Amino acid sequence: MQNLEQRVGKHCRFSRFISGFARFFRRTWNGMQKRIKAFAFRFKDGSVGTKLSHFVAGAGNFYHKQFIKGSLYLLLYVGFLYLMIFSPEVNSTPIGFKALINFITLGTEAGDIFTPTDNSMLMLLFGVVTIGIIFIYVFAHMSSISSSYKADLDVRDGRHPSTFKEDLNDLMDGRFHVAMLTPALIGIIVFTVLPTIFMILIAFTNFDSAHPAGQVLFDWVGFENFANIFSGTGEISVRFGPVLGWTMVWAFFATSTNYIGGILLALLINKKQIKLKKLWRTVFVITIALPQFISLLAMRNLLSEYGPINSFLINVGFIDQPIQFLANASNPWTARITIIVINIWIGVPYTMLMTSGILMNVPADLYEAAQIDGANKRQTFFNITVPYILFVTAPYLITSFIGNITSFNVIYLLTGGAPTVSGYKAGSTDLLVTWLYKLTIDESEYNIGSVVAIITFIITATVTLISYRRSKTYKEEDAFQ
Amino acid sequence: MMKQMSGAQAPVKYRSVKAAERSSTAVSYLILILLSLIWLYPILWIILNSIRTEYNDQNQLIGIVVSHYFPKQLGFENFVNLFRNTLFPRWFLNTLFVSSISFVLSTLLTLTVAYVMSKLRFSFRKKFLNLAIILGLFPGFMSMIAIYYILKALQLTQTLFALILVYSAGAGLGFYVAKGFFDIIPNSLIESARLDGANNAKVFTKIILPISKPIIIYTALLAFTGPWMDFIFARVILGETNREMHTVAVGLYYMLYGERVDSNVFTIFTAGCVIVAIPIVSLFLAMQKYYIEGVTAGSVKG
Repeated sequence: MQNLEQRVGKHCRFSRFISGFARFFRRTWNGMQKRIKAFAFRFKDGSVGTKLSHFVAGAGNFYHKQFIKGSLYLLLYVGFLYLMIFSPEVNSTPIGFKALINFITLGTEAGDIFTPTDNSMLMLLFGVVTIGIIFIYVFAHMSSISSSYKADLDVRDGRHPSTFKEDLNDLMDGRFHVAMLTPALIGIIVFTVLPTIFMILIAFTNFDSAHPAGQVLFDWVGFENFANIFSGTGEISVRFGPVLGWTMVWAFFATSTNYIGGILLALLINKKQIKLKKLWRTVFVITIALPQFISLLAMRNLLSEYGPINSFLINVGFIDQPIQFLANASNPWTARITIIVINIWIGVPYTMLMTSGILMNVPADLYEAAQIDGANKRQTFFNITVPYILFVTAPYLITSFIGNITSFNVIYLLTGGAPTVSGYKAGSTDLLVTWLYKLTIDESEYNIGSVVAIITFIITATVTLISYRRSKTYKEEDAFQ
Repeated sequence: MMKQMSGAQAPVKYRSVKAAERSSTAVSYLILILLSLIWLYPILWIILNSIRTEYNDQNQLIGIVVSHYFPKQLGFENFVNLFRNTLFPRWFLNTLFVSSISFVLSTLLTLTVAYVMSKLRFSFRKKFLNLAIILGLFPGFMSMIAIYYILKALQLTQTLFALILVYSAGAGLGFYVAKGFFDIIPNSLIESARLDGANNAKVFTKIILPISKPIIIYTALLAFTGPWMDFIFARVILGETNREMHTVAVGLYYMLYGERVDSNVFTIFTAGCVIVAIPIVSLFLAMQKYYIEGVTAGSVKG
């Protein structure tokens, strides 16, 4: 009976999933059809200039005597054609149409003493860049057509086509968002989107230390790097499980210790009887203000074998031998626990600041209502203060969990991944991200590093997706609204 | 009934409650003092090391990490060494240069993007929001290698200009906190200004910016201190050998953990730390109010 129910439930969820997918595709398909129809209609309906604009960007603007705008589009058009046809070379690797071919082959000239080797890495990069340029150009060309069509309509309605000055004014008003977002978008595309796509693609090649760019060709290998996680004896198959496991343990403990510690500290400072609240808070704000490379490198040296902490512990007779807090190779948990404890020092002040703000904002009527109901202090605390804090900070808890999965400074500056595991680059305290950093920056094992990065993304994306859905249900709930 | 009964015992109970409260306050203070000591312990150690001037038998300065916490002799020798024998002054100016330019650029970018995303409605708004969320999930330095090669293709690596570009270009994605701030500005304010004939650009510069001091300071503070704290990007882009171009974080790190390490420079390192920390920490403390506002707003928004 129960089994059946379960199966039905599962079936429902599955069919909902499928129908969701179907709806998505239907919508996309309908949207595309609508767009194509609109495109065709515009071509038929537009003036000669608009029709010409489909083939030469800016033609329609010239037709409407919008010379500056038309020249700008034309310039873009000529530049694009030049790039595509002549494929100019940067660092002796072409950008343009040739780059698209190179993108598929990743270089054919293996090179000898007379001819230099094709640079597969640059070919891949420029392939991505060229595809990006094509996308952006298509977008620009479309905008030239629609600007010409808009002028058509203006003429038809008895208005004059907008002058360049009017267009500029419009950028400060009706199309203010375009003016403001364009520089940001360019920055994001060049420094975030393109590089991210490039790095994802590298996961499907054999670009590693045995194939240095410009010296040895590398090629597409499909999903081989991903398959290597589960088989083989390479670094990635042996060390992946332990590093992932420790990353999760670390993220859990780093988040929970900071969260609980921060709330407790905030409660302590915000106690009614405590005076000089601002002074106490300032003591902890100093830790946030201090650059982490300073505080963490100081910690690393404080805890070193002959540092002050070991000598203090020996002097009070707590231990006879110095403890290797961060480099004890025989037991990796010494370093791991030390890191989590130091992370409390780093992270608690931040949570404290955040929860202090929330504590001061607990709606007063909640307390009043509790007092009228005759609740004592303890009851008010556990039934109002604690649930309120948990409720308000739930999203923060998730973002900080993700932040800890990808936290770099604490591990890299404290241990650099040590204690080392002999024969492998990933040490006992390496997280996925520090391992990725070592693999790519120090060891040139780009393809494996990229696989690790993709998996890190999948983990953080999953957590975010789940939390996003949860926070949506939170929003609908009106317990504390 | 109950009330009367308890009323009879009230004086005794009252006193004991008071005493318990007083002792609990004392315990709270004790814990706070203890915690403050723990939190200040490493910071004080850096300061003490920077003014430690102890000599060995050969009359050479002892610069390594030593086991005693309090120095036996004080002096400013380390600071003199720092400014005479290392590239620290150069690193300091480099960082100041990078952070002064990139903080103006990234504050502008962050605020305009945040305002547009918060108050204007346009067709690709939702798409841009989703893109920002997805891109935020990739580990930042995953793209670093590619950025490195893009900059190399543009022949910009190992320059401070590249660093400014990288710091400012990412600013367009960090608009969430500022967006939260703009979200709570009432729309009626904007609408009435628009009725008076102000265009969107005017509304932003004349109406919104003047009442947004807290968020401007918060954004600018983070953007300015960023280059003083960043270690990851600067290290990759500037490289180890190019010492002239280092920022303070990279320069000081390599002083301790570079290829050719001299372990006798720890006290000089701490002197450098003190010089970096004094302006940054004082800036933070002076702007504390705005920082806390931003942190609280950003976290609750999620």
